[in-house]
Amino acid sequence: MAAALGWWGVPLGILAGTLRGSAPFLFVSLGECLTEKSGKINLGLEGTLLTGAMSAYAISYLASDKWGIPATVSPWLGVLAAGVAGMILGFIHAWLSQQPKVNDIAVGIAMIIFGSGIAFYFGKAFIQPKAPQLPTIDLGNWSAMPALQSALKISPLFIFGVLLAPLMAWFFKSTRWGLFVRAVGDSPDAALAMGVSIKRVRMLCIIAGSFLAGIGGACLSLYYPGLWSESISSGQGLMAVALVIFARWNPIQCLWASLFFGGAQAIGPALQSVGVDQGRYLFNAMPYILTLLIMIITCSPKKTLSGAPGALGTING
Amino acid sequence: MALSRFNWRSRAESVVIPLAALMVALVLFGIFCMFGGKNPFAVYAAIFKTAFGSWNAFQGTLLRAAPLMLTALCTALPARLGLMVIGNEGALVLGGLGAAAVGLILSYGSITPNPAQLQTTLGLAPTVVQIGMALGGIIAGGIWIAIVGALRHYRAVNETISSLLMNYIAIALLNHLVEGSWKDPASLNKPSTFPIPELYRLGNIGSTRIHYGLIYGLVACAIAYFLIQHTTFGFAARTAGGNVKAARIAGLPVGQLTIIICFLAGSSAGLAGMVEVAAVQGQANASIVAGYGYAGILVAFIARYNALAAAIVAILLGGIINSGGALQRSFGMPDATVLVFQGLVFLVVLYSESLYGRFKIFKEPEIPLAPPPATSSAVPV
Repeated sequence: MAAALGWWGVPLGILAGTLRGSAPFLFVSLGECLTEKSGKINLGLEGTLLTGAMSAYAISYLASDKWGIPATVSPWLGVLAAGVAGMILGFIHAWLSQQPKVNDIAVGIAMIIFGSGIAFYFGKAFIQPKAPQLPTIDLGNWSAMPALQSALKISPLFIFGVLLAPLMAWFFKSTRWGLFVRAVGDSPDAALAMGVSIKRVRMLCIIAGSFLAGIGGACLSLYYPGLWSESISSGQGLMAVALVIFARWNPIQCLWASLFFGGAQAIGPALQSVGVDQGRYLFNAMPYILTLLIMIITCSPKKTLSGAPGALGTING
Repeated sequence: MALSRFNWRSRAESVVIPLAALMVALVLFGIFCMFGGKNPFAVYAAIFKTAFGSWNAFQGTLLRAAPLMLTALCTALPARLGLMVIGNEGALVLGGLGAAAVGLILSYGSITPNPAQLQTTLGLAPTVVQIGMALGGIIAGGIWIAIVGALRHYRAVNETISSLLMNYIAIALLNHLVEGSWKDPASLNKPSTFPIPELYRLGNIGSTRIHYGLIYGLVACAIAYFLIQHTTFGFAARTAGGNVKAARIAGLPVGQLTIIICFLAGSSAGLAGMVEVAAVQGQANASIVAGYGYAGILVAFIARYNALAAAIVAILLGGIINSGGALQRSFGMPDATVLVFQGLVFLVVLYSESLYGRFKIFKEPEIPLAPPPATSSAVPV
C-alpha cells in the first residue's frame, strides 16, 4: 500500500495503524479503568483479551458456516460471545480476588495463564478457517488516493469505544452508581457507611470491565489484524493495564493514551512497508519500551499518583 | 508458649493444603477432559505414566524440572521482600544470550567468528568455558531483574507490570540479535547464534540423559533456602517484606536489599537460560523461550516461596509438562492442555491461600490456663 507513496507512506501507515490498532487498547484500558476505580486490579485482562479474540472468531465462523446465519450478522454474534466469555473470566477473577488473604495481582497472573490456555485450547481448530469480518465504515471516500481510503476504513467498534470514553467519564462524575464505584475504590469505609455493598460493586465492576476487554479481543480477531492466531495479542492487554496508570484513571485520557499506543505499535510495520527492515524486532518492541518509559516518568516514590483510587493495591482494601 | 518449639501442625498445614489444592485441580482438570470427550482416568494414567512411570520417563521429568527450579527462584526470592516479580522468562532469555556470548568469545574469540576462527578453538579447558558461560548467564539475567528492583525502589514503578513488559523486550532483543548481528549464516530455518563447540557444552550426569543443569537447580535452591532462612541478610529481607516501614525505622537498607535480592532472582533465571543454551540447544535461538519462565511463577506460588519446596514442586510440574507430548499424541489434545492445567492449578492454589488458619486440626492446642476464680455473685450483663 505505502510502497507507491514512498516516504509519505510512513505517516500514513502510522495514521492507519493508529485508527485500526488502538481499538483493543481502548476497550481493555476502559475496562481496567472501571475495575481499578472500584479498588481492584485485574492483570488478567491479557488472558481475557485472548479469550475474547478466540471466542469472537470462533462464533463468527461457526455461525456463518455451520449454523447458516448470514455473514452480516455472524460477526456481531462473535462480538457478543467475546463479551460473554470476558464476563465469565471476570466472574472468576472477581470471586477469587475477593477471598480473604488472596492477592489480586497473583490472581491476575493466574488468569493470564488460564485465559490464554483456554483460548489456545479451544482456538486450535479455528486457526485455519476464515471467519466473516465486521463491516467497516469508509470515511475516506472523498479522497482519490486508494491508500488513504483504505487507511480510513474504520471499525464501528472503534467508534463505539470512542463514544464510550466520555460516557464512562460522565458515569463516574455525575451518576449515583458512579459515585458508589468511586466510594468503594477510594474509601471502602465511607462506602460501607453509605450502605453500599463493597463486594457487589467490585464484582459488577470487574465483570463489566472484563466484558469490555473481551470486546477488545473481538476488535483484534474480527477487524484488525482480522485473524485468529496464538500470537495475536502478545501483551496488548498488559500494556493497556499500564496505560491506565499513565491516563491517571481518567476515561478520556485512556482514549488519548490508546490512540498514542496504537500509533506506537504502527511505527514498526509502517517502516517495514517502505523497506526499512533493519531492527524490525526492536521497532516492534516499541510499545513495550514506551510503556516502561512512561511508567518510569509518571510514577514517583515520593507521593501516590494523583487520581489513584485510595484502596488500590491494599489487600482486601 | 515457647517460641522455639517445633510447631509441626502449622508445618503440616503448609504441606497438606497445597497438596489438597493440587488434588482439587486434578479433579477439575478431569472434568474439563470429560467435556472434551476424554476419559479422565485414562488421562491421569497417561500423565502419571509419562511423568513418573519409569526411570526413563522420570529422567525426562527431571530434565524439565531443572530450569523450573531456577526460574521459580526468580519469583520466590523477591516475594520474600513483598515484591511480585514475574520477569522470569525475560531473565532466562537474557541469561541465554549472555551465556552464548561468553561461550562463543571463550571458544573462538568472537561472538561472530569468521570461517578461519571457526577452525580452531582457543583451547581453554571445558570447565573454564562452562564457568564463564554460567557467569555470563548469571550476570546478564541478574542485571535484567535488578533493573526491575531499582525501578521499584527509586521510581515506585510496579514491579509486576515492569517485569512482564521486560519479558517482551527481552524476547524482541533475542530475535533482533539472532536474526541480525549475532546470526550464524548457516542457521537458515531457525535463526540462531553460532553453536557452542560440543566439548564445552554441559554434559550428562553419568550414564543418564540428565544434564548437569539439574545439579545447578538443586544447589541454587539449597543456597537460596539457606540464605533466606539462616543468614542475617535473609532475616533482613524477610523483615522488610513483612513491614517496610518498620524495616526502615530499624535502619535496614531497603533499597540495597531490593536490588540485591532482585539481582539474585534474575541470576537464577539467567542460569536457567545458560542451561538451555549450554546443555539443551547448544546455541541461543527462539527455542529457549519455551514457557519455563511462566511455569516457574507457578512453581514459586505452589511452594509458597520456599526455595526447598520449590525444588520438589518443580519436579511435580516438570512431570506434568513432560506428559504434555503424550497427551497430544495419544489423546489428540492440543498442546495448550498443559497451559489450561497450569492455570487451573494456579487458581485453586490461590484459593487455598484463604484456607490457612481455618481448620482446627492445624491449630496448636491452647495451653489450658488456670480457671478463673469462682465468683459467687455472677451478675448477668
